[in-house]
Amino acid sequence: MSSADVEARPREGHPDIEARLREPWSDLETDHATAFARQRAGATFGIWIFLASEVLFFGALFLTYTAARLANQEAFAAAGRETNIVYGTLNTAILLTSSLTMAVASQAAEKGLFRRLTLGCLAATAALGLAFLVVKGFEYREDIEKHLVPGAHFALAQAPAQIFFAFYWLVTVVHAIHLSIGIGLVTRLIAKGRRDPDFLKENPQVEVTALYWHLVDLVWVFLYPMLYLPGRSG
Amino acid sequence: MSTTASPTGLADPDELDLRLPVSYLADGHSVRSWLLTTDHKRIAILYAVTITLFFFIGGAAATLVRLELATPEADVLRADTYNKLFTLHGVVMVWFFLIPSIPNTLGNFLVPLMIGARDVAYPKLNLISWYLNVGGGSLAVAALLLGGVDTGWTFYVPYSTVFSNTWVSLTVLGVFTTGFSSIATGVNFIATIHLLRAPGMTWFRLPLFVWAMYTTSLMFVLATPVLAVTLLLVVAERTFGLPIFDPARGGDPVLFQHLFWFYSHPAVYIMVLPAMGVVSELITCFSRRKVFGYTFMVYALVAIAVIGFFTWGHHMFTSGMSPYAALVFSFLSFVVAVPSAIKVFNWTGTLYRGQVGFESPILYALGFVGLFTLGGLTGLFLASIPIDVHVQDTYFVVAHFHYIMVGASVSAYFGGLHFWWPKITGRTYPETWARFAAILMFFGFNLTFFPQFIAGYLGMPRRYHVYPPEFQIWNVLSSAGAAVLAVAYLMPLGYLTWSLLFGERATNNPWDATGLEWRTSSPPPRQNFFGSPRVQGGPYNYHPEGVAPIHDQPRLPSQGSLT
Ligand code: HEM
Ligand SMILES: [Cu+2]
Repeated sequence: MSSADVEARPREGHPDIEARLREPWSDLETDHATAFARQRAGATFGIWIFLASEVLFFGALFLTYTAARLANQEAFAAAGRETNIVYGTLNTAILLTSSLTMAVASQAAEKGLFRRLTLGCLAATAALGLAFLVVKGFEYREDIEKHLVPGAHFALAQAPAQIFFAFYWLVTVVHAIHLSIGIGLVTRLIAKGRRDPDFLKENPQVEVTALYWHLVDLVWVFLYPMLYLPGRSG
Repeated sequence: MSTTASPTGLADPDELDLRLPVSYLADGHSVRSWLLTTDHKRIAILYAVTITLFFFIGGAAATLVRLELATPEADVLRADTYNKLFTLHGVVMVWFFLIPSIPNTLGNFLVPLMIGARDVAYPKLNLISWYLNVGGGSLAVAALLLGGVDTGWTFYVPYSTVFSNTWVSLTVLGVFTTGFSSIATGVNFIATIHLLRAPGMTWFRLPLFVWAMYTTSLMFVLATPVLAVTLLLVVAERTFGLPIFDPARGGDPVLFQHLFWFYSHPAVYIMVLPAMGVVSELITCFSRRKVFGYTFMVYALVAIAVIGFFTWGHHMFTSGMSPYAALVFSFLSFVVAVPSAIKVFNWTGTLYRGQVGFESPILYALGFVGLFTLGGLTGLFLASIPIDVHVQDTYFVVAHFHYIMVGASVSAYFGGLHFWWPKITGRTYPETWARFAAILMFFGFNLTFFPQFIAGYLGMPRRYHVYPPEFQIWNVLSSAGAAVLAVAYLMPLGYLTWSLLFGERATNNPWDATGLEWRTSSPPPRQNFFGSPRVQGGPYNYHPEGVAPIHDQPRLPSQGSLT
């Protein structure tokens, strides 16, 4: 963490720092600027630990997939060919772009100079997230029409292909829930940032949201080859 | 003792007004001031209330189970009621009592105090974690009581997904929700310990209890998400028909077991590391000696936390796995016993030539050491594959894990509760009763569970409500022990409640202990300290090394007032 150099910098023109300090950081036995820097560092530290937890969460899902795929290679290849790679690729592009706008927003907020840029990038991020969900919705409709839901009317003959699609539905829904939470967090930042011009400036919440957002994107980067590429090579 | 004293302490109108800030207990009396508090000390109390409730719900189920097992025939319960009861018992005791027990009550209360902080790093998250715990707990307990679940606390597939017609999904969702409360607690403790230590409180000056909380939190954060996934997959398969583990469609039920135990083995360390932390504090205080081998105690905690992640396969020796995998898991299970043994030796080393007193907390702690040793040694039996094949799914296993989880961890919880009770509540309890309960608990426990080792070794399987008559003697002993144990568990409920109302006021440091938590009033003010603590030396400065014991060191009066 870069808290050390942050701490050293004196903060001028911040009469409101005191107002932004929260328990228990407000009680630290230092001046407000240092306490605020530690509060910021604390927020990012916490989200990193939470992300470690998330990595284990998705890691367990990926492991389950890997084990099932190793045991049922042909069925997984056949099932993989049924997913819609156009929607999948489009969504990958959308999400990666959203990571870019999110990163710009986070940096702009940290510098504290570019409020409109920050707000604009946050809005773009939320919009791209929504776009992903819309595309996903179209894809789900098509999947349902093609009878790719495990059960009695499943389209493919091989039974283990149902495991592939069980995984597909589960993991994409879990990912979409994560993404929706992300959109909610970004929207909250936009709403607060518009009401209070100083809100976004150096606010650790922006970086926290950004880190979470990047994780959700990163998960998709793994999901894309797992869901859309099997059976499509060669 | 004035009749006007309020149970919340420091509100005695006759008391001299020293113009000190009021205690956290007197700082607001409304229900709101409790339910919306962000004070780590009050949240600890909230947790204490809920886990006590869960403990007695789980205990009631165990009582019925033991009642049924008193005779070989089925006379009290039908088979499926029996199944539902031991599931209720296991689920509630593991997830809603034991896992949150020490971390969320004593840990929440003490971690900030011990490191000289005003609160945890994220006070609101701390409160949210309690609500998640209560929400998940209510959901699960409602499902377990209204509908019942017959899968056992392990929810093994395909039984839980395909065959069981009971309320599995709701229960699983309850456990899932509570998992987030564990993760929140873990994140909070890790950040608190990293970021909020008082000036001078370096890592190797941390009390061992804090180290125990730190390593436990690591496991909360890294193991619980895997449980979440496992449970999610069960719900997906059961409720939404997404067949992940269904063998009929090429799925692998053993995979479920791997995921489940990847969480649940670390979970047993989640249950026992905090207990080790508590016991380390008690033993050094009551033998008036510096803890023997402090750094080794720290490394042992870390080693257990790390190696504990790689031994889960020892629960599956008979489920089908490659012999090489079995070998590795067996070996690692032996390895993880080494740091545990180091701890036992170091506790013994601390006691050796100490001036050991026999107040109630140390009685619980000594009980812990004995029972933990037995539980740990039988764990080694189970880690060796040939023996495990013989006793797997018998009462031997039941006895083993109860020695660790109940014998060791619950004893430590009670020991810690008695030790810090004066600090938490500002009151003292009747010491004679407390000693009696501690001793009764030890004997009741052994009477309950030692016979189960024998019955199990002789081949009595677990989870049946009937059994061959030749096992009856062991079961009668065990059920008799359970009755003793029930009394021993109810006694603290009685005298500790009594002490809240009528107990003497506690002094700030009734045990003459070291540690920052004793350097503030009992009970502490909302801000924890008067002024800002600074730490100048290592922990456990009881008795300088190389100095002969002082034999006439003042001791507490053995009963009544500690003041
Ligand atoms: C009065 C104290 C207790 C008694 C008499 C008791 C009794 C029992 C009995 C007889 C069983 C075996 C059920 C069977 O498999 O047939 C059992 C299982 C179990 N107990 Fe306890 N127990 C007590 C306290 C606890 C506590 C405090 C915990 C907390 C961790 C606990 C955790 C478990 C677990 C995890 C199982 C396994 C459940 C299963 O696999 O289905 N027990 N207990
Ligand atoms: Cu284990």
